[in-house]
Amino acid sequence: MKIKDYLLQETVMIGLKAGSSEEVIRILGEKLQELGYVKEDFIQAALEREKNMPTGLPLGGDYNAAIPHVDIEYVRKSALGLATLKDPVCFYNMCENQKEVPCQLVIMLALDKPKSQIEMLQSVAVFLQSPDLIQEIMNAETADELLDMLP
Amino acid sequence: MTKTVIVACGTAIATSTVAAKAIEEACKEAGIQVVTKQCKVAEIQGYINQGADLIVTTSQMRFDPGIPVINGLAFLTGVGKDQVIKEILDILEN
Repeated sequence: MKIKDYLLQETVMIGLKAGSSEEVIRILGEKLQELGYVKEDFIQAALEREKNMPTGLPLGGDYNAAIPHVDIEYVRKSALGLATLKDPVCFYNMCENQKEVPCQLVIMLALDKPKSQIEMLQSVAVFLQSPDLIQEIMNAETADELLDMLP
Repeated sequence: MTKTVIVACGTAIATSTVAAKAIEEACKEAGIQVVTKQCKVAEIQGYINQGADLIVTTSQMRFDPGIPVINGLAFLTGVGKDQVIKEILDILEN
């Protein structure tokens, strides 16, 4: 499963200005909902999940990422949302929930099958382990430019 | 002797699968026989009761399980991955 195949021009947001992780989740979730990919309770589910099981990932470089996601029951059809943020917002560490992780890259996963969750997460893990690519993505100025950078 | 590793995450389907595959590969290369059992963090105690040598988790642990615990985020982010694999192999070899 390629990240690129599940992103749309409309679900890629470049230099998004947001004041909190909640706002980023809402903006990406609303876009996915507007396009018919997720159900009405998706955003609420994503916010609650993030509160109980946060998804912030420190990447060791200049940028950290968060990968908010929910169970498959809230999804109509698989898609991804991606936002590069103008300024970092605070997510919490997936493994050590009390630790803050300032994130500037948010990849929202809306997947409709458990198997897709796993395969996509593997693709995302490969992506997150490519510091050069992340640097390029963070410098992208348009959604098209960003999509072209993805393998 | 086959070692048992519990691989736990929030849902038992996603991040734990990514970590379990990486652990299985590393152990195979090191010649260690290993079984990985994936579960939700909430289910860890039940799997410990069945016998396990190590827990690798990508979610927060909220109790002391009495066996070694390793943070498996490196399998998602790549940060410190070689070190984490080394720690896992060290624990399983002893």
